[in-house]
Amino acid sequence: MNVTEKHTLNPEKWIDLHADYLFNYTITRVSDRDLAKDLVQDTFFAGLKAKENFQGKASERTWLISILKRKIIDQYRKMNSAKGKAEIKMNFYSDGEREGEWIEERVPSSWQPEVEKNIEAAELNLVLEKCIGNLPDKHRMVFKMKTIQDFDTEVICKELDITASNLWVIIHRARTQLRKCMEDNWFKK
Amino acid sequence: MKISCDEATKICDKSQYKEASFLDKVKLNFHLILCKKCGKYTHQNNVMTKCYEKHRLFEASKENCLKEEEKECMKGVLKTKI
Repeated sequence: MNVTEKHTLNPEKWIDLHADYLFNYTITRVSDRDLAKDLVQDTFFAGLKAKENFQGKASERTWLISILKRKIIDQYRKMNSAKGKAEIKMNFYSDGEREGEWIEERVPSSWQPEVEKNIEAAELNLVLEKCIGNLPDKHRMVFKMKTIQDFDTEVICKELDITASNLWVIIHRARTQLRKCMEDNWFKK
Repeated sequence: MKISCDEATKICDKSQYKEASFLDKVKLNFHLILCKKCGKYTHQNNVMTKCYEKHRLFEASKENCLKEEEKECMKGVLKTKI
């Protein structure tokens, strides 16, 4: 008969064994260094508190990741409910006769003729980074997970507990906002 | 078949990740025949995708590790709770 080994917890070794892994896992999702560090720290604390519930079925790391995943969802919900901070500007009329049409001052303008050459410039990344940084937390997080970290739609939806249509609304708003920001700060004729 | 600019640009965004359905793309192309504003958006969106790709490569080259002193600090705090 096969006896599967029972896993145990060694909190004294957690930082050496798992901190980098957990940090890397977190930063690809929240893309904020300090926040990622805090979430990892919180995960270790929560792990200590819940030590008695560990049944040894999963590895220590898997168990810690499951706690961390919960923390990331909580963080996303916090961002989602945060009001008053950076807002997404409306690009389209949301009601009335012109519902769904472009709002006049948000209509795409013409860009400089040599746009293709222009995107090779090193400074572009800095401007783009600033524009991404101006997005509200929730939009930035989802946009970066999808576009910069290249996560599958399904994975993001599962990890943040949102629907696909919800995700596409967020991506749409983030991208229209970023287009406008890059137009104003980089591509304008 | 008729869709608004808001919907058209949403499909356009989705198609940047190759996740727009065939029907969506038909609707978008139909819309683009008549709408110059969204035509411009579509063109610029392709440029933006190239910018994001460049940014993606830049971000991927960054090392995402905790510094030794950060880990030591974490260890210290954790120790007090064990």
